[in-house]
Amino acid sequence: MSEVKVHHYQYDVVIVGAGGAGMRAAIEAGPHLKTAVISKLFPTRSHTGAAQGGMAAALANVEEDNWEWHTFDTVKGGDYLVDQDAAEILAKESVQAVIDLENMGLPFNRTPDGKIDQRRFGGHTRDHGKAPVRRSCYAADRTGHMILQTLYQNCVKLGIEFYNEFYVLDLVMNTVDGVERPAAVVAYELATGELHVFQGKSIVFATGGFGKIFKTTSNAHTLTGDGVGIIYRKGLPLEDMEFYQFHPTGLAGLGILLSEAARGEGAILRNASGERFMERYAPTIKDLAPRDMVARAMANEVREGRGAGPHKDYVLLDLTHLEPAVIDAKLPDITEFARTYLGVEPYTEPVPVFPTAHYAMGGIPTNIKAEVLRDNTTVVPGLYAAGECACVSVHGANRLGTNSLLDINVFGKRAGIYAVEYAKDAQFVDVPQDAIAETVKLIEHMRNATGTEKIAVIRKELQDTMDKNAQVYRTEESLNEALDKIKELRKRYEHIQVQDRGLRFNTDLLEAIELGFLLDLAEVLAYTARERRESRGGHFREDFETRNDEKFMVHSMAYKDGEDIKIGWKPVTITNYPPMERKY
Amino acid sequence: MSIAVESVKEIAAVPSFTVTLFVRRFDPEKDEEPKWQDFDVTVFGTDRVLDALHKIKWELDGSLTFRRSCAHGVCGSDAMRINGRNRLACKTLIKDLDITQPIYVEPIKGLKVEKDLVVDMNPFYQAYRDVKPFLIASDKPTAERIQSPEDRARFEDTTKCILCAACTTSCPVFWTDNQYFGPAAIVNAHRFIFDSRDEAAEVRLDILNDKEGVWRCRTTFNCTEACPRGIEVTKAIAEVKQAVLRGRR
Repeated sequence: MSEVKVHHYQYDVVIVGAGGAGMRAAIEAGPHLKTAVISKLFPTRSHTGAAQGGMAAALANVEEDNWEWHTFDTVKGGDYLVDQDAAEILAKESVQAVIDLENMGLPFNRTPDGKIDQRRFGGHTRDHGKAPVRRSCYAADRTGHMILQTLYQNCVKLGIEFYNEFYVLDLVMNTVDGVERPAAVVAYELATGELHVFQGKSIVFATGGFGKIFKTTSNAHTLTGDGVGIIYRKGLPLEDMEFYQFHPTGLAGLGILLSEAARGEGAILRNASGERFMERYAPTIKDLAPRDMVARAMANEVREGRGAGPHKDYVLLDLTHLEPAVIDAKLPDITEFARTYLGVEPYTEPVPVFPTAHYAMGGIPTNIKAEVLRDNTTVVPGLYAAGECACVSVHGANRLGTNSLLDINVFGKRAGIYAVEYAKDAQFVDVPQDAIAETVKLIEHMRNATGTEKIAVIRKELQDTMDKNAQVYRTEESLNEALDKIKELRKRYEHIQVQDRGLRFNTDLLEAIELGFLLDLAEVLAYTARERRESRGGHFREDFETRNDEKFMVHSMAYKDGEDIKIGWKPVTITNYPPMERKY
Repeated sequence: MSIAVESVKEIAAVPSFTVTLFVRRFDPEKDEEPKWQDFDVTVFGTDRVLDALHKIKWELDGSLTFRRSCAHGVCGSDAMRINGRNRLACKTLIKDLDITQPIYVEPIKGLKVEKDLVVDMNPFYQAYRDVKPFLIASDKPTAERIQSPEDRARFEDTTKCILCAACTTSCPVFWTDNQYFGPAAIVNAHRFIFDSRDEAAEVRLDILNDKEGVWRCRTTFNCTEACPRGIEVTKAIAEVKQAVLRGRR
């Protein structure tokens, strides 16, 4: 066995992940304290760049709006599982978050009088549900691309230090005065195979989602939930993992996202007979109902035989009544996706669509200062999380479109501010002598893995079972089937085969390690989904079709307990909005 | 969902077929020189070159190395030379290539090959950073700045860049002179030079008036053809040249 080369660094603030949340945090931290950003990818490859439709903020640039309506919509959209103090912050700080980005140079679309333009999006309404409101600030249908570019540009301007294509594999904790605190992260450098230990006073996780546990997904290949998985393996809880969003309009069969902005601009969902079926499911706001309701409605149309296509297994997104000039100006990218990948011309033909795994509402539990929690209330001092990997919880049981680009900006900024506040007075936590022993063992095990099980086969079987058993519709039986399958795959994972034995750019080894995190997170999702015997937001149980506030008006908290999962429950913070039935 | 996959493949009316890929391989820990290796893979009508590369990696040879992430043309990871042209592997449908012939896949040119299809992107990123790709303004606004739709439209095209390097590594000048800033850096300078909110156009124009700046461009249009985002790269470079001579208006 070759001796692994190890490098050591000290930074006041260490940020893991260079997507929107990580870079927004870096922009706050960098000017004040020595800051490093560690990323699996070059920053502008992060999946924030794939977000399309916009970022919600009650600017009221084009019609009356205010942050209180936005708070209400967020709470109701999340089927009342949202922590209302956090939703208030999200909505209140949204205006400044958009102004920050504009001031940094983000090229928003403009109104005729030069203000930031705004458009409609699902679940965002005026005056508590009366009608759709124009709240989404946007840049064509590449708002996420513009946010990611603008944040990276500003990191370049500020001289932020990046460690790109460094894959964080472990979080090192140590106990100081009886309190467990983060000491460092251990990263594997893809180019060389060497290890790097980043000691940090504050450590921020901004590692994104884990859509690759599903087969049909809008998520990038690299979204394997490594950060969330590391936290879980440390024995820290994960919150609300059963709540996973399926975006209604993925390109049928491919899962590539077509923004809700299409419907915001007037596109209509139709079934095989051309009926605008959302009129039956959400009479007031129809196609602009929240994503969970639209996704279920689509799946239901297909189940009841009203799907389009030769196998009646998708529905149609109709943009043909929109002016080509409007499509070109406001939806250029998504219409190009339809042309490139399905050969469909959206000017004249409806586009085949079906729900696609899109966004994790759950994740690493934090408070409103982005501090990570070790149980329902206790903070892990010096550890922060923001963005999709985190659960504040502003999205509850279902996230509204345009609230995630907002989330990464509001809570990414907060994570940066509070990480600095903490690190200013903190001492480094000692890194134990054997801190990297586990990581070295894992890498050497993988590099020399000579089993017979192929990574891609196990991953595909995992994704198949998750699509089949833990998607839009779930039952006790389907979730048990998923859990049994995952157990079997875990055993097989022990006999995995890695063919590349090299040190340099060993992506074979990387995929083997990523698969381990996918298995962990899929299991937690299926387990918590089984234990939540009710239907709420994105989690729909056919055997428990209604919301049960008496028993389940609580967040789930899943802990790793040896080879098992232990589940706890955490109260929801309610300020102004008592739970009501969710109708649109 | 698996049913949906099958049906789309049927609609595309392209059944599965077998293609041969010749992939340029180089393992720095073993090889002195790069070499071609061929693979036969079965693919479908909706498959892209990236799918074929994944098939090779996942089924035939786990050591095949390439970058990729979003898989739908927005992250810019998988620019490579496919049948002699720079493209994104995730945006190139196999059925759109001549499948009676082998498909040749090699790394983009002009940057050091690290392993197989992976090149050292650092010189490319450095050229980008050298043009000051960020808004420079002396005002300290407390609200959003006002910008007319016309002023906003002036630099729309160059905001689309995803830094994939397809343009820069298609440029014959860049192949022979690595000091040249290259099209992508100029595109990103253009994005700020023509932004009405920015005040540092002169600084960037000075940088690009250097001997390795815009005047190296010989207007071969390779960059425009290569851009997977449809940016009119050569036109942007020409506008920057004009701005060097006459100012940005």
